[in-house]
Amino acid sequence: MTHPDTAHQQADWAEAAVAEHDGGHTDVHAAPGTEHTSREQLVLERIDRARRARPRVREKLITLAHGAGGKATQSLIEAVFLDAFRNPLLEPLEDAATVTAGDARLAFTTDSYVVSPLFFPGGNIGDLAVNGTVNDLAVSGAKPAHLSAGFILEEGFPVEDLRRIVASMAAAATAAGVSIVTGDTKVVQRGKGDGCYINTAGVGLIPDGLNLGVATARPGDVVIVSGPVGDHGITILLERGELDLQADLVSDTAPVHELVHGLLDAVGPDVRAMRDATRGGVATILNEVATAAGVAVVVEENAVPVRTEVRGACELLGIDPLYVACEGRIVTIVDPGAADAAVAALQAHPLGAGATVVGRVAADPPGLVLLKTGFGGTRIIDLLVGDPLPRIC
Amino acid sequence: MCLGIPGEVIEILPDQPDLAMVEVSGVKRAINIGLLTDDPPIPGDWILIHVGFALSKIDEQEAKAAMDFLIGIGQAYDDEIAALLESRIDERQ
Amino acid sequence: MRFVDEYRDAEKARALAAKIAALCEPGRHYKFMEVCGGHTHTIYKHGLEDYLPESVSLVHGPGCPVCVLPMGRVDDAIALAEQPDVIMTSFGDMMRVPGGRGSFFDSSAAGTDIRMVYSPLDALKVARQNPDKHVIFMAIGMETTTPSTAMTVLRAAAEGIENFSIFCNHVMIVPAIKAILDSPDLRLDGFIGPGHVSTVIGCRPYEYIPAEYGKPIVTAGFEPLDILQSVYMLLQQLAEGRCEVENQYSRVVPWDGNTVALRAVSEVMELRPYFEWRGLGFISHSALQVREKYAAFDAERHFALPGVRVADPKACQCGEVLKGVLKPWECKVFGTACTPEMPIGTCMVSSEGACAAYYNFGRFSRQRIREVSIESSRA
Repeated sequence: MTHPDTAHQQADWAEAAVAEHDGGHTDVHAAPGTEHTSREQLVLERIDRARRARPRVREKLITLAHGAGGKATQSLIEAVFLDAFRNPLLEPLEDAATVTAGDARLAFTTDSYVVSPLFFPGGNIGDLAVNGTVNDLAVSGAKPAHLSAGFILEEGFPVEDLRRIVASMAAAATAAGVSIVTGDTKVVQRGKGDGCYINTAGVGLIPDGLNLGVATARPGDVVIVSGPVGDHGITILLERGELDLQADLVSDTAPVHELVHGLLDAVGPDVRAMRDATRGGVATILNEVATAAGVAVVVEENAVPVRTEVRGACELLGIDPLYVACEGRIVTIVDPGAADAAVAALQAHPLGAGATVVGRVAADPPGLVLLKTGFGGTRIIDLLVGDPLPRIC
Repeated sequence: MCLGIPGEVIEILPDQPDLAMVEVSGVKRAINIGLLTDDPPIPGDWILIHVGFALSKIDEQEAKAAMDFLIGIGQAYDDEIAALLESRIDERQ
Repeated sequence: MRFVDEYRDAEKARALAAKIAALCEPGRHYKFMEVCGGHTHTIYKHGLEDYLPESVSLVHGPGCPVCVLPMGRVDDAIALAEQPDVIMTSFGDMMRVPGGRGSFFDSSAAGTDIRMVYSPLDALKVARQNPDKHVIFMAIGMETTTPSTAMTVLRAAAEGIENFSIFCNHVMIVPAIKAILDSPDLRLDGFIGPGHVSTVIGCRPYEYIPAEYGKPIVTAGFEPLDILQSVYMLLQQLAEGRCEVENQYSRVVPWDGNTVALRAVSEVMELRPYFEWRGLGFISHSALQVREKYAAFDAERHFALPGVRVADPKACQCGEVLKGVLKPWECKVFGTACTPEMPIGTCMVSSEGACAAYYNFGRFSRQRIREVSIESSRA
C-alpha cells in the first residue's frame, strides 16, 4: 500500500552509529579453530566485545539516566571522571577509596543527596545523608569516624525545615557513632536549587588484614542480601504522589555499621566484599561483581526477599524490584563454607532479620548476571538502562 | 504496554461512583470503572487494571476451571512419573 | 499475588512441558507467532523457552505499539512538546523512543516540559492543575489502551476542560496480523493471540484467520503458564486436525469483548484511511484519529506538525524481525550499532520489542546455561 510521500529524511544519529560499527557485521565468520561454534554464539561473542569497548558518552546533554545508577551513570563516570582524574586509588571505583595515612589505612567516601520529596515515611534527606555515608564506610570494612556536611539551600527554603533536617542528622550521627566535624553552606537563588541538597563525605579506619573488594569474588562464593529489597525507592515513588498509589511502606534508611561489624566479627576472613545497595538496586551491585571479578553471578528469583507492597507496586508499574534503591541493605559475597554463619550473624541484628542467601558465583559465563526465575527458566539481569525512578536518593 | 494486573475492589468511592479503590498486593489506587457499566463490580470482585481503568471483571469460575486443568495436568504428570518409576522397579527384578 | 502467582508455578510448567513435547510429531518443526509485545516480554522475563522442546519455536510479531511508531511521528510529538506553554504527558515506555532527532528523554534534558504519567486520567489532572498551559497526552497503544484514552476525552468534554488534547497514535492489531498473513516470507503454524486487546475487541475479530488463512489462533493470558497452555492448545488443534479460535484467557477475556469500551472508542475516534507502521509500511484502516465532534481535543488540529517521514537506516532490519522472518541476533546491527542504550530500530526500543527482550534477558548460550544450572544445583 503506497502513499504519496511527504518530504523524506534520515536520522543522522542512527546512520552515524551504524557507520561506527562498519555498517554492521556482514557474514559472521568463525575464528580458525572454532568453526563448530553456532552462529548465534558468534554473534553473542561479538556483542560481548562491543560491550567491553572503552565507554563513551555520546550525549551532548546530561540526562536523568546519567543519575540513575545504571549504564549511563557508569559510562559517565568512566568516560568523563575516571578519564580526567585517573589514578590508582580511584580506579577500583568501590563504595569508598582506600587511602593511606602513615601506617593506617583509611576509607574515604562522598555522596550527594538530591532526594525529592525531602521528607518521606521513614526519614528525610538529612538522616539519608548521614546513613548513606556511614554505610559506604562500613561496607568498606572501616569503622566510620568523621563526616563532613555541605548544604546547598535554595532562597526561600523554610528555616524550620532546615532545623528538622539537621536535627535528624544529629540523631543519625549519634546512632552511628560518628561526628560531623566540618561543613559548608551555600545559598542559591529561588528556582536554582530544589529546596535543599546535601553533600556528605566521611572517613573511617580500616583494621589491618581486611582486604575487601568485588574483584576478589570467585566461583563457588555465595551471595547474601541482608533483607527485603526496594523499600526505599518505592516509598519515595509513592510519596511523590504523582502516581496516586497508596501503601503502608517506609524507607529502609538505616546505618548498617553494627550489622557489618557483627558479620565481620563472625566470618571476617571469609568475606570477599560488601556493598551498600542504593540507586540501581541489587542488580547493579551484582553486575559490578560479575564485571570486576570476571565471573558469573546466578540468582534465584524465589530467594530474593521483597515485601508484598513493594512487589505490588512494581507489578503495577512494570518495574523490576532488583533495580529499585534500598538505603539500609547490604549485599555481601562470602566463601561458601561461611555462608550459614554469615546469615546467622546478620540475622542476629534487627536490621538483618530478613538476611538470606540469594545466589552464588559461577565461573561461566563471565561478566553476566543470570536469574533463575521462579517459573524455572533463566534470563539475564543486565545493567539498568534509562531511569525508571528519578531522584530517589 | 499491555500491562494489565488483577486487583481486588475494596470500595466504590461514595462521591464518585465511576471510581473504585482497588488493591494490588497491599498497594491501593483509585481505578476508573466506567468501562464496566454493563456489569459494575462490587467490593470483593477482582478486575483487570490497565492504565488506571478496569477493562474487565475476572471470572472466578473460569479462573477455577483454568486452574483445575493445570492441576489436572500436574496430577496426570505425577501419575505418569510414578508409573514410570514403578515400571523401572519391575524391570530390575 | 492472586491470579498471578498460581500462573507462575514451576511444577505445573514441567507437567505442561511434558504434554507439549508428547504432542509434537517427530521430525516436524512448529512455528507459532505471538503477536503481542506483552507476550514477548513474559516469554523472556520468565525464561519460558526453557520449557519448550527444540521443535517448537516462538516468533515475535508486531504487537508493540511503541515499537511500530515511525520516527517521523516521534519527531512530530517532540515538536508538539516544544511548543510554548505546552506540557506533554506520556507513558513511561515512550520516553526513550528515538525519533530522527532524539527522544522525549533527550528533549526533556534540553528543557522541554515532558512528564511521565501512569494513566491518561493523570494527564487530565495535570491539565486541571495548570490552567495557563496546554496539556497534550501522547495517546499510544493498541485496542487495550484506546478505550482509556476515549473515556478521558469524554470526561474532559463533560467537564468543559479547554486546555487538554491528545496526539492520537492508537493502532489496531487485526490489520497488522493480516499484513503478516499476507506476507510471502512467512510460514507459520498458528498464532498466540493478544490477551488484553481481546478483552476489548473479543475473539470474533480473529475468526477470519482460521477461516481464510487456515491457521489456528489461541487468545492467551500474560503469565508464563498461560502462554505454555496456549502452545499446548495450538498443538492439540493441529494434532486433532482442528482450526479455530480458542480462548485460553477466559478468566479475563469475554468472547464478545467489552461493548461499553468499543462504544466509547467509536464515539470519540474514527479510522484513518492509512497509517505508517515502522517496519511494515503503510497499512490501510489500521489506526485511529479524533472525530470532528471532538476536534477541540485533537492536538493535530491545534498545532501544525512537521509531518516529515524519517527513513530507517538501511542497515536496520526491524521489518524482518517484526514479521518473524529474522531472529533478533540475526540482524546485522544487533548488539553492536543497535543496543538498548542506543536503539536504532523499534525492536530494541521498547522493553517489549523482540530485540530488547532478547538482549536484556536472553542474550546467552542456552547450552552453557544448562551446564551452569546443573553445576549450581550440585554445589
